[in-house]
Amino acid sequence: MIAVGYTMIYGVILLINFAHGEIYMLGAFFAVTFISLLGLPFYVAFFLSMACCAICGVLLDIVAYRPLRQSPRLAALITAIGMSIFLQNLAMVIWGSRPKPFPNEALPAYFEKTAVSFSGVNLSWFHLFIFGVTIVMMVGLNLIIKKTRWGKAMRAVAQNQTMAALTGINVNRVISYTFALAGALGGAAGIMVAAFYNSLYPTMGYVAGVKAFAAAVLGGIGSVPGAMLGGVVLGVAEAFGAGYLSSLYRDGISYAVMIIVIIFIPAGLFGKVLKETKKSM
Amino acid sequence: MLLKLDNVKTYYGNIRALKGISIEVEEGEIVCLIGGNGAGKSTTLMTISGVLTPVEGNVLYQGQSIVAVRPDNIVQMGICQVPEGRMIFPLLTVMENLDLGAYLRKDKNGIKEDFERIFRLFPVLRERRKQHGGTLSGGEQQMLAIARALMARPRLLLLDEPSLGLAPILVDSIFETIRQINEQGTTILLVEQNAQLALQFSHRGYVIETGEIALADSSTELLKNEQVKKAYLGE
Repeated sequence: MIAVGYTMIYGVILLINFAHGEIYMLGAFFAVTFISLLGLPFYVAFFLSMACCAICGVLLDIVAYRPLRQSPRLAALITAIGMSIFLQNLAMVIWGSRPKPFPNEALPAYFEKTAVSFSGVNLSWFHLFIFGVTIVMMVGLNLIIKKTRWGKAMRAVAQNQTMAALTGINVNRVISYTFALAGALGGAAGIMVAAFYNSLYPTMGYVAGVKAFAAAVLGGIGSVPGAMLGGVVLGVAEAFGAGYLSSLYRDGISYAVMIIVIIFIPAGLFGKVLKETKKSM
Repeated sequence: MLLKLDNVKTYYGNIRALKGISIEVEEGEIVCLIGGNGAGKSTTLMTISGVLTPVEGNVLYQGQSIVAVRPDNIVQMGICQVPEGRMIFPLLTVMENLDLGAYLRKDKNGIKEDFERIFRLFPVLRERRKQHGGTLSGGEQQMLAIARALMARPRLLLLDEPSLGLAPILVDSIFETIRQINEQGTTILLVEQNAQLALQFSHRGYVIETGEIALADSSTELLKNEQVKKAYLGE
């Protein structure tokens, strides 16, 4: 899901938003804060935190990227790395740098219970919840992009910003929506991962961000279905790698996959071969 | 007066592309802007559309200044542009391209009517409606670009080099269509390198040279003008 966020933003404004991993981290922290400080139930905190991440995404765009829209892409890229570091440190100041446990008592009790079990594999309701939310979000996202007026505008902005403006699309607003959507998805991912592994820390976005980036590259950056598939493939590759080689290699596999993809199929699985043409005038 | 440019000066990057352009367009006219490469024709249209902002001078639409108004708001006001090189969305289908033309409209019935009208004007687009824009031929893309602009029901249509890269037979039919669109009530400001053709199909013309208006007259007079003949008609 983080990979999808990356790829969406890249697809629309050709920016690798390195601060996206931090939105994921913020999602987890927001949720925990809502649960432990305000005592909100898990589901409410989940959606509220997604909304906050959407807002963070938009703010990030307005504060950091919008002033650089006409500048060289490298400037925006460096800003993205800067924002990533800034957000990490901000989180450390607010929530402290030590890993925190996820308030498990807030999770619905049946999450622990086994939902399905076949041939020795037990899946809990929590597994199913994660799986279900992911599927719903991916399908929903695809529908939004494919069917809605807003999705059409997003694709138009991705293909030609000047022309999009000439058909009456408010380009900046569409970009904001994209950041909001990517932020909400990233936030949801952050909450689920933090709850699943029962831990969250300010730098959790970094590794996750890099892996998601690897998944997006594998799928072909800019392609949403590619990012979805890339994420699954990478996850499976990591699990097998950890199982058959050594769990020490787990993180290395993402990087290895990324390097192999860049060398042999730079366009990724679903990527389009980019022509060296400048899109904007 | 529908549109009036008053001493407009615009920079394109660091280049002073327009050095004080004054143009007037009356409701119902076809006005053409002719001139060579780099004379500032496209910059003029981009300035009207709000993609570029003039450093000096004024652009008045229905008596109201539209300088520094966002491009999408200018479309909302009724000015649509078919830019040079067509700029259709290659990865969107023909239908989606047309839908985007009507992006700001909410009148569902009107949009439906306009689809019908456009498919009457360009029957080939109906056949191709499920294809990606990028798979169309050059002529079909030009039709799509014009059709997309018409979907916004503009009062003023800006056309940038509609003949560019098209076979002669297609060029004639495109211009015939432009005349039809005008007869149905849309005012047109046309930019062309093909001066002969542009002057034949328009009421009035401006000759633009290195960012300045060199000549302004009715099209029939311009066709007879010695200077124009020599420089642009190749006689």
